[in-house]
Amino acid sequence: MIPTMLHLLAHPFIRIVIALVLTMAFVGVMGLVLVYAERKVAGFIQRRPGPFEVGPHGILQSLADAGKLVGKQLVRPFGADPFLFWAAPILSLAPVVVCFLPIPFGPSLTGMQINVGLVLILAFSGLNTLALCLAGWGSANKYSLLGSARAVSQSVAYEIPLLLAVLAIAFQSGSLDLTEITLAQSRSILSWNVWVQPVAFVIFFVSLVAETNRAPFDLPEAESELTAGFHTEYSGMGFGLFFLAEYTYMIVGCAVASSLFLGGWEGPVADGHWWFLAKTFALLLVMMWFRWTYPRVRFDQLLNVCWKWLIPLGLANLVVTALVIKVVG
Amino acid sequence: MAMVAKTLKRLWSLVVGLEVTGKEFFKPWLTVHYPRQQVDNLDSYRGHIELVPRDDDPAIPRCIMCSRCQDICPSRCITIAFHPVENGDMAPKPLWLNPEIVSPGSRGALPAPERIERVLDRFLLNYSLCSLCGLCVQNCPVAAIRFSKHVYFCGTSREAFHLDLLERMQLGNGISERNPAACP
Amino acid sequence: METVASRSVGDYYTRHFAAEQLVEKTEGETLILNIGPQHPATHGVLRLVVEMDGEYIRRCEPVLGYIHRMQEKMGENRTYVQYLPNMGRVDYLHALAWNWAYVGAVERLMGIVVPERAEIIRIITCELNRISSHLLWWGAYLLDLGAFTPIVYAFADRERIMDILQTVTGSRLTYCYYRIGGVSADIPSDFCGMVRDFIAYFRPRLPMYHDLVTDNIILRGRCEDIGVLSPETARSYGATGPVLRGSGVAYDVRRAEPYSLYNRFAFDIPVGHSGDAMDRYRVRMVEMEQSLAIIEQAMDRMPQGPVMAPDLPERIIPPRGEAYFAVEGARGKIGVYVLSDGSPVPYRVKLRAPGFSNLHVFAELAVGCLLADALSILGSLDLVIPEIDR
Repeated sequence: MIPTMLHLLAHPFIRIVIALVLTMAFVGVMGLVLVYAERKVAGFIQRRPGPFEVGPHGILQSLADAGKLVGKQLVRPFGADPFLFWAAPILSLAPVVVCFLPIPFGPSLTGMQINVGLVLILAFSGLNTLALCLAGWGSANKYSLLGSARAVSQSVAYEIPLLLAVLAIAFQSGSLDLTEITLAQSRSILSWNVWVQPVAFVIFFVSLVAETNRAPFDLPEAESELTAGFHTEYSGMGFGLFFLAEYTYMIVGCAVASSLFLGGWEGPVADGHWWFLAKTFALLLVMMWFRWTYPRVRFDQLLNVCWKWLIPLGLANLVVTALVIKVVG
Repeated sequence: MAMVAKTLKRLWSLVVGLEVTGKEFFKPWLTVHYPRQQVDNLDSYRGHIELVPRDDDPAIPRCIMCSRCQDICPSRCITIAFHPVENGDMAPKPLWLNPEIVSPGSRGALPAPERIERVLDRFLLNYSLCSLCGLCVQNCPVAAIRFSKHVYFCGTSREAFHLDLLERMQLGNGISERNPAACP
Repeated sequence: METVASRSVGDYYTRHFAAEQLVEKTEGETLILNIGPQHPATHGVLRLVVEMDGEYIRRCEPVLGYIHRMQEKMGENRTYVQYLPNMGRVDYLHALAWNWAYVGAVERLMGIVVPERAEIIRIITCELNRISSHLLWWGAYLLDLGAFTPIVYAFADRERIMDILQTVTGSRLTYCYYRIGGVSADIPSDFCGMVRDFIAYFRPRLPMYHDLVTDNIILRGRCEDIGVLSPETARSYGATGPVLRGSGVAYDVRRAEPYSLYNRFAFDIPVGHSGDAMDRYRVRMVEMEQSLAIIEQAMDRMPQGPVMAPDLPERIIPPRGEAYFAVEGARGKIGVYVLSDGSPVPYRVKLRAPGFSNLHVFAELAVGCLLADALSILGSLDLVIPEIDR
């Protein structure tokens, strides 16, 4: 009986299913943790305690908020497209789970080790744009519409420098598999790609902030301009799913960044996955730090940064990388 | 070259911003954690008005029922009810005023009347209308009204803010009210 | 059955606005968007009907009156003294300036001379109130631009001002402190110490603000060359205060028509150069420093004496006549006009709210801007809607 079970578990399909289920659990827990962390960071930067009342130091606050969101009535505005309106939040969260499959959390802790892992992540994270677009269109609200128009042009623009930065690393490592890229950085802290490719790291991180619609690039939501942008009309878990998706994309992005540039699971003493989580969280904290420091950029400035600075820089970086690899290697 | 320097300077401003918030992150909290802590400047708090008792008899207000406060109140939230002294009432005492107690804006206390010819029945305050302007306190000729320190005043109905200040004064003007635990 | 089309026509104002759209329509389709009366960037119940081409604003019309409380009419229904608490509620952010404008008008009407100590107390408290108003504007403006943290820092500093004003006036926001002929209560003995402590604390905070925000490249991108207001336009709309000074006109009521003891103090009137949102921002930041300087000078000259005019009549009944008194508020020239027919109740009270004139500059500045820029301009005008609607 038990050997049969093990045999079954080793089956790639079962493995993916298990990985997906674990990922869902991971996403849910991390969403709660991140919301809590974000509010604590905001509180500390603003010299107040942040959530404090639910549980010791408020650690159960996000659980209470999640309970509240689940319990709320789902309201569809008059004139909204019922199918698109409800499809959008689901479409926003569902593909992100797949993005976790190729991420190496530890030396052997990978959902599915495939040699095009990076492409898979980039492809599935692109689906989020569609969700924001549908949400804005299906809401029958002018603010949502403006928000979704912003979301689409922003995502389309920032995927390019993101890819250029990733390509430079791929050139250098000769692989699109995150595990191999991590292994290539395993010699010492100095062999991390962040030292070898600092320009690519900056481009990647800035594009990541923009891709995940985080401040100072949170234009699709821009609450002081568009009230809440694409999710203006969503209540309860409709909003909750968008919210969760935003944080999950942040985790995916920062996890990829730590594999690509910060040596992934590499680190002394502790197990690999702890190092991986620590690096991911450090990057997440930096993103939060940005959010609570900067004003929001304007839309044309946002696109100018992309088209006039990041893309030329990324291309130049790519060319230099290619040349160096040709000459040296 | 100048352009590069300018760009770098501009980008540096972003780092400076992060530095400011980063430093604030590690500073202590500024907020007061009510109800575990309280602000420390409640002495200058001005709550709703209350009646000042007489120096010689804490059960009788200094009020001489001149109705000036009722007349001057812009929101008409004070209602005074009184009746003339009759035989069945308690013996009227001469009103003795401490000349040191003068209402803040008034031009000095009126000369103390020898006897009060009236008895205060009710001194009603509709606090839900009051704008705390202080005109009644300022215009009281005998400094019979003052601001209370009734900080944590809450109620579940509009009627909870209709106060009889005479009754309140006779109950000690709410000595226990500055304790937040007393709030229902 | 109500259809989407019939609902989208909107209320009277939207229809009125849309009717012009059909006449003006040139190329492409435009979108009519109602910003407010409940919108995070309108700071209250201002409503803007805008016609947008993509994210560009083609036309804009502010709709007022959502918080009209008949403040002027209320003045005709109560005695001169009873009208005092209203003043703190016209503009709740710079309540003391409104207090002063009204009290000053009645004093002028009756020929009352205010004791010097009361004047100095008025100057100190009014300037403190101006700083707190500018601080709140600073935080709220950055909130409009998407920075969440500055408003919390601003509130932390503002809290100290409110603590000081609480010890003097007893209130924290809607002050009713000035009285016809003086102020309602003398300052407590520790007041000067508190103010000096505050000045010592607040002076070094301003460089921190500049590091965090003013020098920030993102903020500059959002403010510089946005909403350029020419001095001529500003004057033709009757704009005053930092909006006018940002355009380079050094008009400050404290200098132009000095009231109280302001002509005894040395202070600069900051002016801008180009009239953009950044200039208006800078003017306010410098004004805070100037207010600190005025407060310091005033505290050095604090005389002893009464805080109410000694020969004040028992009842305030001005003679027949009229009086106008203007003060410099945080948002511009606050003017109160009082007309007396010799009765205990004013015949007419007219309030000149600076925000009302400043707001109407917006309709002109916003045309051709991106939505985000328009809200940046709106924020830079520092509007307090209850003051505009009165």
